[in-house]
This record gives sequence, structure tokens and C-alpha cells, in this order.
Amino acid sequence: MKSSVATPPYTLNHPRWYRKRVSTYWWLLRWEYLRFVLREISSVFVAWFVVLTIVQIYAVSRGPDAYAEFQDFLKNPFVLALNVISFFFVVFHSITWFNLSARAMAIRIGGKRVPGFLISGPNFAAWLVISALIAWLLLRE
Amino acid sequence: MDAQPTKLRIEPLLWLLFSAGGGVAAFFIPIHLFILGIAAPLGLTKATDYASATAFLAFPIVRFYLFVLCSLPLFHAAHRIRYTLYDGLQIKHLNEVIAACCYGGAVLGTVIAGYLLWSFQ
Repeated sequence: MKSSVATPPYTLNHPRWYRKRVSTYWWLLRWEYLRFVLREISSVFVAWFVVLTIVQIYAVSRGPDAYAEFQDFLKNPFVLALNVISFFFVVFHSITWFNLSARAMAIRIGGKRVPGFLISGPNFAAWLVISALIAWLLLRE
Repeated sequence: MDAQPTKLRIEPLLWLLFSAGGGVAAFFIPIHLFILGIAAPLGLTKATDYASATAFLAFPIVRFYLFVLCSLPLFHAAHRIRYTLYDGLQIKHLNEVIAACCYGGAVLGTVIAGYLLWSFQ
């Protein structure tokens, strides 16, 4: 006898699903949706920071003149404005990321789920400490 | 929507890179961007001069740090941009092309950063 697993009792064909076409601008309809999309868009500014860092490393490797040129480039008003916008986006990324970590990590102690702020809290604290440390390393005389 | 946006078997690895890169970006990028892109050009803090920049880069640990700081966030961004185009703008017929461009860009950036940092004198 053949296995019954191979022949399911229901038909494999099903009628076409009715799916309403979602507007391309669905993410503008609600603040929650827009916030989600802004969070996703923050990654473009993360990529911009990486490009900036690679160009900086390249400039240093090319010598003092190239490095001075790079620093002038950073003083360009458009670049400065872009960096200010980027800064807000990467901070938004950090905040949403740490808040998300509390949702993603379901830690249970004694059968009860640890509340979110006990997970995101240390992340925010670590962020502060790391930022202070980097600032100290870069700015000390 | 189709059940599977992609048939890539490396999806778990890509997600891991996304997650690691998101963490690196969240912890390290804001302060770097603030000092490099805002505070120093405005004169609020001193800009890292050429001598200290080369002194920093002389440390292998600094070069390794910069490599991680460049590479992982690029994979994070690639993953997010890919899915934003997929869900947000619903560009589904170009799924493979977008994925290739996003991850390809991340690989390219990683190779460039790795080459520059590796060959730094």
C-alpha cells in the first residue's frame, strides 16, 4: 500500500486569493507606518557614514594634503547639512534598535518575562558609556 | 504576496550580518558621526589632525575596529534597503537585481575598506 502522506485528501489547486492592491504610499497613511519606514530609511544614512569613513581612511593614506582636502570637504555647507540630517537618523536607529532588543529578547526568570526596560536600559547605558569613551579617545589632548 | 520573497539559502547568514551590523551601528556610529561630521567642522571640538590620524591608524586594533565599523553596518544597510524597496515601494519584480546590488555594494565596500586598512603604511 502506498503511503497516504503522498496523497493529501484535499485538492492542491485552490481558487485565486482575493488580495486588495495595497497603495504604493501605504506608509504615509499612519504615523506608525511612517515611523517604520523612517527607521528603515535610517540605514541609508548608516551607509553614508561608512562611505564617509572609507573616504577619510583613503584621504589619510594619501597624505596630509588629501587629508586637509577631506576636512575642507566636511566644512562644505551641503555636506554639513547632510551630516546633521544623518546624525538624527542614526540616533533614531540607535533608539529604535535598543527598544527593539527588548522585544526581540524574551528572557524569563522564574517563569516570568523580564520587563522590556530591564533589557533596553542596559543597552542605552552601554551606548552612553561607549560614546563617552570614543569621544575621550578622539578628543583628548 | 508570494510566500517566499527569495529562495536564497544564505538568508540566515544575511540576517545575522544585518543584526550584528545594526548593533555595531547603534552603539558606535552616532558619536563618530557627531564628532567627524558636525562638531569638528563647526569648530566645537578639535578635528583629528593628520599626525594623530596616522598615529591612530598605526595600531592594528584601530584598523580592525574601523574594518568592523565599515563592514557590518554596510550589510545591515544592504538588508534594510533591500526590504524597504521590497515592502515599501513594492518593487517585487526586481527582487534579484535589488538583492544583488545591495549585498554586492556591501561586499564591495568591505573589500575597499579591507584593502585600504590592510595596505595602510
